[in-house]
Amino acid sequence: MTLHTFLTTSALALSLASAAAAQQTLVYCSEGSPEGFDPALYTSGTTFDAAGQAVYARLVEFKTGTTEVIPGLAESYDISEDGKTYTFHLRPGIKFQTTDFFTPTRDMTADDVIFSFMRQLDPENPFHNASGGTFEYFNAMSMPELIDSIEKVDDLTVAFHLTRPEAPFIANMAMDFASIMSTEYADQLLEQGRPDLLNQQPLGAGPFAFVAYQKDAVIRYRKHDGFYREGLPKLDNLIFAITPDASVRYQKLKAGECHVMPFPNPADIAEMKSQDGITVKEQEGLNVGYLAFNTQQPPFDNPKVRKALNMAMDKQAIIDVVFQGAGEVAKNPIPPTMWSYNDAVEDDPYDPEAAKAMLEAEGVSDLSMKLWAMPVQRPYNPNARRMAEMMQADFEKVGVKAEIVSYEWGEYLDRSKEVDRDGAVLLGWTGDNGDPDNFLGTLLSCDGVGGANRSQWCYEPFEKLIQEAKTKPTQAERAKLYEEAQVIFKEQAPWATIAHSKVFMPMRDEVEGYKVHPLGLHIFTEVSLDK
Amino acid sequence: MLRFFLTRLLTFVPTFVGVTLISFAFIRVLPGDPIIVMAGERGLSEARYQELREQFGFDQPLFVQFWDYLTGILHGDLGMSYVTKKPVWDEFFALFPATVELSLCAIVIAICLGLPAGVIAAVNRGKFFDRALMSTALVGYSMPIFWWALLLIIVFSGTLGWTPVSGRIDLLYYFPDATGFMLIDSLLSGQKGAFASAVEHLILPSIVLATIPLAVIARQTRSAMLEVLGEDYIRTARAKGLAPVRVNGLHALRNALIPVVTVIGLSVGVLLAGAILTETIFSWPGIGKWMVDSIYRRDYPVVQGGLLLIAGMVMIVNLIVDLLYGVINPKIRKR
Repeated sequence: MTLHTFLTTSALALSLASAAAAQQTLVYCSEGSPEGFDPALYTSGTTFDAAGQAVYARLVEFKTGTTEVIPGLAESYDISEDGKTYTFHLRPGIKFQTTDFFTPTRDMTADDVIFSFMRQLDPENPFHNASGGTFEYFNAMSMPELIDSIEKVDDLTVAFHLTRPEAPFIANMAMDFASIMSTEYADQLLEQGRPDLLNQQPLGAGPFAFVAYQKDAVIRYRKHDGFYREGLPKLDNLIFAITPDASVRYQKLKAGECHVMPFPNPADIAEMKSQDGITVKEQEGLNVGYLAFNTQQPPFDNPKVRKALNMAMDKQAIIDVVFQGAGEVAKNPIPPTMWSYNDAVEDDPYDPEAAKAMLEAEGVSDLSMKLWAMPVQRPYNPNARRMAEMMQADFEKVGVKAEIVSYEWGEYLDRSKEVDRDGAVLLGWTGDNGDPDNFLGTLLSCDGVGGANRSQWCYEPFEKLIQEAKTKPTQAERAKLYEEAQVIFKEQAPWATIAHSKVFMPMRDEVEGYKVHPLGLHIFTEVSLDK
Repeated sequence: MLRFFLTRLLTFVPTFVGVTLISFAFIRVLPGDPIIVMAGERGLSEARYQELREQFGFDQPLFVQFWDYLTGILHGDLGMSYVTKKPVWDEFFALFPATVELSLCAIVIAICLGLPAGVIAAVNRGKFFDRALMSTALVGYSMPIFWWALLLIIVFSGTLGWTPVSGRIDLLYYFPDATGFMLIDSLLSGQKGAFASAVEHLILPSIVLATIPLAVIARQTRSAMLEVLGEDYIRTARAKGLAPVRVNGLHALRNALIPVVTVIGLSVGVLLAGAILTETIFSWPGIGKWMVDSIYRRDYPVVQGGLLLIAGMVMIVNLIVDLLYGVINPKIRKR
């Protein structure tokens, strides 16, 4: 290196550094490494934040901070009379990102939409097995059975033909697995013989373009200048600093090394709120924590026994101790922020005396049962072991002996599915798409017995309502049916509903426009820094 | 010498096979099925579950899986991560330099402080300094690393603001990986302040990681020194009227170093174990953190590949220590 080149390069480096300072760069202390960058391959929120929300966009989107579905890459959609065809009208002039590894030559068309779904649907598609991955969400949402065909009507119109009317379909299309990818980029990867790169160097039409990822350390993005939403994103650069320990994240936030952190320790929240320079935003999470009785095993096949145990629990004490106040008692299987929530339903009162009398009346005495406590922390249950201990003490008071059992998380999920399993299981659910069917259908339908339906509960009147609700085209008609379903649920009490937790997002005061998302996603499209 | 070398090398082979078997069996003995962990609360249909089992080869009998794994290793193939779908080798090599950088700094700190501390304690045997030092070493040795790390972060980063909280460098510096060693890369990048930032980020994690080896080295140096100081030739040297510095430094320490070298060699294993916690808490992107994440995800290929590589490293270091030993002390070769 001659003196001259040394001087010019260092001058360049200096000017770059000062230019970087003038730009808006937000550092987000994320909680873990993404599994990859293809949102269709994974089911974790960490991956959706890093890929689905930052890099990609979808035909329809959830309005930030709500579960309302709004137009995205499609400016509108129509549903056919029979409810089986959804036609999306794409916005003209949608640009894919330009990066070091790809330069698009054309705008988004119907072909890109078709490719994004066919790679998941069609086993012969060269991208179906490209990363050795599996399309878990696509399968979990029954897309392979549901989608009959996808038709290109013209360059800017795509029609999805379904095998049956399915009202939750439109909410599903706003989920991360439905992210739209570029066919042109995919073709380039095929030509290079590296289709697996789709999962490592993502490219979409979302707000931020991927720059680089250093495993377990940092992900860098820069603004996508051609993003379709006017004036967005506001940030020039977005950095994910991967910081798995919650205490460390908090120290970084305090030191100003990051601007936003997810998943604080519940014990730290009070202190955070009193810190100068830090604001803690909060919102009801779209989740429910519950205790699922095995309704196929005596004495839990008797609704009165289930109700008695529900009445034996001091739920408010559980909220105070386990959630440290960051939650509220649940009475319905869906959270109160979701449409069709039936506020008229009343929870069984906490009344150990009455519970004891009820058990005696049903001839249940000297009952000993197993109480399953999850081994992991989840948003809907920060400490299942503690919760189980409190329930154990409550049950003791009505003469029921509960033995707490726990397994490794994978074992727990697996064993709790068994139809002849004993006792009651603590578990919960976080909504995927804001549709009530995602709770009531997924967790309580007859199809779910031996699977996601941990109470093994198949009850004809309830089943009829939720199946009918799926076929109704308007939200008002559906809501009515779901409200009725919640009444039946409470009468039958397959679960003791316990809590809906609150989600906390601590951030620096200079962060503007951040909204906590009920689905647990972390989105920076509308965020800016005010310095 | 050659014969000694060959016998040592030969024992290396069965140990290595043993390690492959243990690393293979270990993760499978743990409860938890990677496919179910992958699907989480969402769950899978039975048909889908079987399909995935087949795809990952879990439907094969264990010995077939083990055979595939072994033949893979012989071809230099450690398999692919179930989660990221990348070859285990690639991931290892991407993360390894970060661990080496941290461990080297830690071992340098441990030696530079541990040796003199041990010598001074031995020379002042029974006095206040010796007792203070040895009780500190005991505390250091039994310190829970996780707690210790957090304490340092809260005091030095949170309250005093002297050091950065975590990571390897201030993220506003951006340059490509050249060597994977941040100290070198930051210098090569030519960006002003990058090197200083990399050094600042190294301070706390290397102190935390050095704590246990430092205590071990100090204690070992002290006891080896005490033993040597009791020998006749030291007494002779003293009687000849040599300066204490010469006696302690030259005569005694040189002879005391032999067991200390072994301890330093063995510390490599301790360092790697410590790195798992240290890296996790300081968000240090090395193999320690990689292993922890993979165990949680039941990512078999990564866990078994990672264990194998780590065990391999420890064994190679021990082999080198043994060989060095043979060079330093010819008596050992004869046995």
